[in-house]
Amino acid sequence: MSKYLLNKFLFMVDRDPELVERYRDEPRELVAWWEAEHANTVLNCHTGEASTWLRFDDVEREALATHDHVKLFELGAHPFLTLTLFIALFERDNTEPLEYQKSYGARLAHFSMPYPDIAT
Amino acid sequence: MASIVAVIASTHHPFYYRASTATGEDRPPFADEWTRKILAFRETLTRARPDVLVMVGSDHFHQLWLDNMPQFLVGKAPFYDANWYNEEREFGLPRMLLKGQEDLSGHILRAGLDAGFDLAFSNELRIDHSITCPIITLRPEADLPIVPIYTNIFAPPLPQPKRFVQLGQTIREIVESWPSHLRVAVIGTGHLSLELGGPRQFGPHGPDPEFDRRAVEWIANGDLDGCLREVTLDSLHSPGNATHGFMDFMLMMGVAGAGVKADYVDTLDLFHTMEAYFTWYPNGAPA
Repeated sequence: MSKYLLNKFLFMVDRDPELVERYRDEPRELVAWWEAEHANTVLNCHTGEASTWLRFDDVEREALATHDHVKLFELGAHPFLTLTLFIALFERDNTEPLEYQKSYGARLAHFSMPYPDIAT
Repeated sequence: MASIVAVIASTHHPFYYRASTATGEDRPPFADEWTRKILAFRETLTRARPDVLVMVGSDHFHQLWLDNMPQFLVGKAPFYDANWYNEEREFGLPRMLLKGQEDLSGHILRAGLDAGFDLAFSNELRIDHSITCPIITLRPEADLPIVPIYTNIFAPPLPQPKRFVQLGQTIREIVESWPSHLRVAVIGTGHLSLELGGPRQFGPHGPDPEFDRRAVEWIANGDLDGCLREVTLDSLHSPGNATHGFMDFMLMMGVAGAGVKADYVDTLDLFHTMEAYFTWYPNGAPA
């Protein structure tokens, strides 16, 4: 299991407007493409050096492919990264202020302290 | 030597800019009171007539990332571009450009290293809302040179709370030993109880009003002993999963000094989180 790689996906998609839209519209395809093309990118390297060992396990891949933010929380993905990206994906559908943000919290109501560990 | 003319600690609420500039139906009901409080808070900095701002904040996974994460980092650059695409998207924050005070950055780095803090540095730093929010609230002209200092309150493992306090105390000594006649304000932002991406987020108040009440008391009274006795890396999980940002308030208590009461204290109970504003005048309140 790689909390780091989950976070890396959320981090890289969140900062790219085109990827945000692709993730909203076609999450499964975007996750597969990103894992194949970018999971091993070393972010501070401007040439072709890349890592060789990073991949999602099946549970992680499925959580991302189904926009399952509750599972991502359970897996220990960084809650700030998940929240920020998911607001970008779904806040636009709000019919009243903070509607998505509140329902996002409500879907996590079954978690009690301590929350899943987010240390990487 | 330089003088510290004001020490300021506050929350950094990214929704202030949008709330305070909204008009008509878009203007939220709390915007007028919030703006009044911010204008009064701003006056506490204006009165101190600063020349330079040391700005303590925390990058929110914008430039600093898990492949290379510093615990404490000092910017040393002639300019700092500011705010990020996802902050424009979510909060409506404007792009900004701030001048840097490189001489003070260099002094803080050298003296900090010599004082036992192995500070990271950056010569090209794009800063985020933890520093631009207090610029917007306290100095919207954005005309003073800054030294940004980032702390890691975000990506565990984190430094211990006492380390934040010690860094604040050291920053105080270092700035006061800067061979300059300039007037420096040290401004830092953090959080009271806060939940982000968890079940307690976006409630009618902050997730733990009792923690907020005690935290405001600790800060207003400079009660570092009481605060350090109760606050640990573990204990900060329970008021809300993003409450480790409170350690930047503890850093600012270190700058202000143990047992030193704040000269100005104000709070605002908002949805999601409580706002809190503190100012100390180390050389006495300006006339």
